[in-house]
Amino acid sequence: MRIIGSADGGARTWLLAILACAGIAGVTVLLLALLTNIFERKQEARQPFVRVVEVTEDTMDPKVWGQNWPYEYDTYVKTSLPTTTKFGGRGPGASDAGPASQKLDREPWLKRIFAGYAFALDYRDRRGHYYALFDQEQTRRVTEKKQPGACLQCHASNLALYRFVGKGDVKAGFEQVSGMPYQQAHDLTDAKGQRLIQHAVACVDCHDPKTMALRVTRPAFIAGIKALKAKQGIADYDPNRDASRQEMRSFACGQCHVEYYFKGDGKVVTYPWANGLKVEEIESYYDAAGFSDWVHGETGDKVLKAQHPEFEMWSQGIHARAGVACPDCHMPYQRVGALKVSDHWVRSPFLNVNRACQPCHAVPEQELQARVLNIQDRHYELLERAAKATTDMLDAIVAAKKAGATEDDLKAAAALHRKAQWRLDFVAAENSMGFHAPQEMARILAESIDLARQGQIEADRAAKKK
Amino acid sequence: MSRVGLAIAFACLLGIPAGVGAFTFVYAKGFSYLSTDPRACVNCHVMNQQFDAWIKSGHRHTATCVECHLPHDGIGKWVAKADHGFRHSAAFTLQNFKEPIEITRRDRDIVRVNCLRCHEAFVHAVGTSPRGQELDCLHCHAGAGHGAGG
Repeated sequence: MRIIGSADGGARTWLLAILACAGIAGVTVLLLALLTNIFERKQEARQPFVRVVEVTEDTMDPKVWGQNWPYEYDTYVKTSLPTTTKFGGRGPGASDAGPASQKLDREPWLKRIFAGYAFALDYRDRRGHYYALFDQEQTRRVTEKKQPGACLQCHASNLALYRFVGKGDVKAGFEQVSGMPYQQAHDLTDAKGQRLIQHAVACVDCHDPKTMALRVTRPAFIAGIKALKAKQGIADYDPNRDASRQEMRSFACGQCHVEYYFKGDGKVVTYPWANGLKVEEIESYYDAAGFSDWVHGETGDKVLKAQHPEFEMWSQGIHARAGVACPDCHMPYQRVGALKVSDHWVRSPFLNVNRACQPCHAVPEQELQARVLNIQDRHYELLERAAKATTDMLDAIVAAKKAGATEDDLKAAAALHRKAQWRLDFVAAENSMGFHAPQEMARILAESIDLARQGQIEADRAAKKK
Repeated sequence: MSRVGLAIAFACLLGIPAGVGAFTFVYAKGFSYLSTDPRACVNCHVMNQQFDAWIKSGHRHTATCVECHLPHDGIGKWVAKADHGFRHSAAFTLQNFKEPIEITRRDRDIVRVNCLRCHEAFVHAVGTSPRGQELDCLHCHAGAGHGAGG
């Protein structure tokens, strides 16, 4: 080959040719990399998931579902991580670090209002879904007090158990299991000797294994929402048939994050919604049913225990009115490649302001956090004030009893005790420190303070008569 | 090497990357970006939410994506198109952008100007103009073009 005469020139030409070759090879590599990247994104968008294993109604183990839906499963497992906000989830959260910290030590008034009840033994900060069953097995409320199988309705992935006991009928199985002793129900085995309760609430409890559609499975919720809709004039309501998609997204959470009681000797878990979801509507339901959770250890009054009424309280708030569902803030969408996935690390939106709040509120993160804390700090102050009023009332009733006041003398005070404490507890047991419905909770606490002080006056009056 | 051999080597050297590039361009629906079709904006699915909200908006009958999001002055349009195209494809390929996605300052100005392109006759009395921008339409009408209210 003769292009350039000198030997030097020949070497330079070869060097240039090699450099050009390398350069163009580099460009080709980048182009192919881009092509593959585009290909991958297109594939992601085309096929949101791949069923590598078959899941059925009997697949309780979330790990198996995780093979088909790894993004959802990965984030579900993250509910095992400890998370802390100013008012919630303090203390260690991981299993090897032991259970969450004791609320009773932080708020000593809780021990007083729960006197004589299992909640005075052990009442801790919340942990994630991952520990729902484990923590129930560990709590002194279950290990030291007799509890029914009813408790499993919310803490365990229990459909297989219900079908087994009910011989295929989930509702019948649920009713029978509710009445069993906790441990017996918990340890039941199927025909092959496999334990039926093994997992905390998981995939199958909210998703149809065939279509992955959201659904509700807790029998108590299905009955409760039916009663509520009947009151609103809708007969024979079935959420799995009649609910809109957005309603369903809140119903899935409302299956458990609600007020409930164990009805009758059968201990059937029941949501007291037949008169409505507000605190006084639920109270009227209990009063009409003549129901009390326990007899108060200090006063001997028949009182009620409220259980985490998040669904009820959210329903009274501005976000519910605006059509915002629980997962919009607690499980916001995240993008994974070309996919939109619900974050199954269910947690406080405060820890995820970017995705939880900012899609609607175009305001800096710090400002949004300040707004939330503003509400929560004020709420906490009012809550402590209401707690003081209730414990003052307890002191007054105890003093009146010591002074010789009879049950009859203290009838008015007892009624006020029940009302005031119910309102205080309904707010205190709700896990949002005022955020789900700030004005509604302030209203309830104002009533609680008023009723407690009235009760105190009534008790003082009864004491003076003696 | 003969002159023919050299020519073949040269042709391969440029032809292979050119072919791969052309295929990638077509496969990635490159030509759709030269159109005004709103579906081009959801090619990569990141804008799905914005697209879905636009479908529900009052603006869908009169304004497609580019009506509001690109300038309408010839050169400026192509500069903005190139700018968006480069930034968006780089961000999506490298997956290194912040979410929820937010409109940039510069692109917000483009939208503001476009509000007035259609609505100026109606709003001139409230003291706004494309140049002065005493009032920012989007400050209050943040949802315009997206969602049932827009």
